[in-house]
Amino acid sequence: MTVNMGPQHPSTHGVLNIVLELDGETIVSADPTVGFLHTGIEKTAEQKKWQQIIPLVERMDYLGPQSNSLSFCLSVERLMGLEASMPDRVTYIRVLIAELQRLSSHLVWLGTHGMEIGAISVMMYCFREREQLLNLNEMLAGFRMFPSYIRIGGLREDLPRGFHEAVTEFLDKFPGKLDEYEKLLTKNQVWTKRTVGVGYLSKEETIAMGLVGPIARAVGVPYDVRKVFPYLKYETFDFKVPTATDGDVFARYTVKMEEMRQSVKLCREALSRISKTGVYDCGDYRYVPPPKDRVYTEMEALIQHFLLYSQGFNVPKGECYVPVEGPRGEHGFYIVSDGGNRPVRIKARAPSFFAVQGLSKLIIGGLIADVIAVIGSTDVVMGDVDR
Amino acid sequence: MTDTTVLDTLRRAVPAASLEAGSATDMPTLYVDRDHIVDVCRVLRDAPSLQFALLVEVTSVDLLPAEPRFEVVYHLACLGEAYGHAPARRLRLKVRVTAADPRVSTVTSIYPGAGWPEREVYDLMGITFDGHADLRRILTPDDWQGHPLRKDYPVQVRKDAASWSPLQLTPEEFAANVRSAQMQADKAAGKK
Repeated sequence: MTVNMGPQHPSTHGVLNIVLELDGETIVSADPTVGFLHTGIEKTAEQKKWQQIIPLVERMDYLGPQSNSLSFCLSVERLMGLEASMPDRVTYIRVLIAELQRLSSHLVWLGTHGMEIGAISVMMYCFREREQLLNLNEMLAGFRMFPSYIRIGGLREDLPRGFHEAVTEFLDKFPGKLDEYEKLLTKNQVWTKRTVGVGYLSKEETIAMGLVGPIARAVGVPYDVRKVFPYLKYETFDFKVPTATDGDVFARYTVKMEEMRQSVKLCREALSRISKTGVYDCGDYRYVPPPKDRVYTEMEALIQHFLLYSQGFNVPKGECYVPVEGPRGEHGFYIVSDGGNRPVRIKARAPSFFAVQGLSKLIIGGLIADVIAVIGSTDVVMGDVDR
Repeated sequence: MTDTTVLDTLRRAVPAASLEAGSATDMPTLYVDRDHIVDVCRVLRDAPSLQFALLVEVTSVDLLPAEPRFEVVYHLACLGEAYGHAPARRLRLKVRVTAADPRVSTVTSIYPGAGWPEREVYDLMGITFDGHADLRRILTPDDWQGHPLRKDYPVQVRKDAASWSPLQLTPEEFAANVRSAQMQADKAAGKK
């Protein structure tokens, strides 16, 4: 029998359609159809000036928006040669934001994943904590979902007053909340029966299908961009890459839970390195707008401000790809510039795109009820797939 | 950058391929000719000193009005100790493709994960991958005209996508369809 799962299915994380061929309850073949959310962000970006692209790319992976803008900014900065002049404070604030982002994204994953398998209360718990992370975003930038706080050449503005205290308060409470989630799930028999041994993929197939991130780590490939190709001075931080060997839905769950604990640790360390006020950009006013008090008092700063917002800046001719470890795996932007103030091409390496491609391998041979558990465990975001 | 080891290994293993080092600053870049991309990828994946096990991305760039107009770009990564023994590094391969004959061989036989990225390149840039098992449009509807990421494709174009029409069946056709499905099911049950 052929079953059309989606695109309106509540558990398909947005609009994913899978055409399943069934034999009884067993899946014989699966054909995921994507593209329902395709909005042509890459084409639109070719018409925009470099710094106008940041809000656009944040809307790709809408659960980890700042990992999009971070990887985009890192690529552009590498091409412009701004990396060396980036102050440490900016780097560490970016690390803090990236790790808070990972927590926030993993919380949505855990909440929806739990809900889909039937543990409705987990969602309430996770969204409670995610709300606090969104409040932190609101503090930073006045925008909860897509802050556009990370800019090419630094950050938009300095940290708001009281930010350190707010983050510390969250980090103090959060590990206890993680224990709470684990108490709800890890030894819960209903949970383990739905997840253990479901959706297995071998190590070789995982890498061959381009699946990296938590999916690869759950099958015993300790590949983490932060460790293997360090960026943002991650090599100076002390953290572990959690792995598991079973490669099933439960292994992905344990890996991500441990990742959240490591992220808390990273957040603490990053926060301890950030002074409450200080520099927040590279200070090169060809690329970042001068501070407002200078714009209002100095002619040159005003001209510079005007130039930046009317013409933008030029990026040297060339191409660049700097990946980051997003919440879903290796995430990066391949950018091509012809030396002008608009890109020739930007291309996102979307981890969810590969995860949906690999989905059919994960679910064939399994039961139809397990499809939901597997989709949940791969943590796909359709905005990231369709772009 | 220790580009030379990659280049030397490739020259020895695929002597017929024309290889040319590119000038990118972020990672070593190699231009490969269209006919040897599959062989080059096979060596890159399998040579014990290279082990580029992960195909990160396949994408393409439209360089209009330059000729050859398109570049198909492959990003590869060797994951180091995490998966294998060769040192961790990245590599970019590029294949130049002309506007008159936009075709490349598929690398899905080496990297199965290239299936969807190649479909995306076909869909948005109109480059055909020879030997691809399932080269359909992926992000745009099946009956979409043109390839949106080409530079000569207009940016703002209003067009209704006639990708589906409501199912038009007479009650008789519908009943016949249900009957035939029932008969098939009965037949299958009888077989068992």
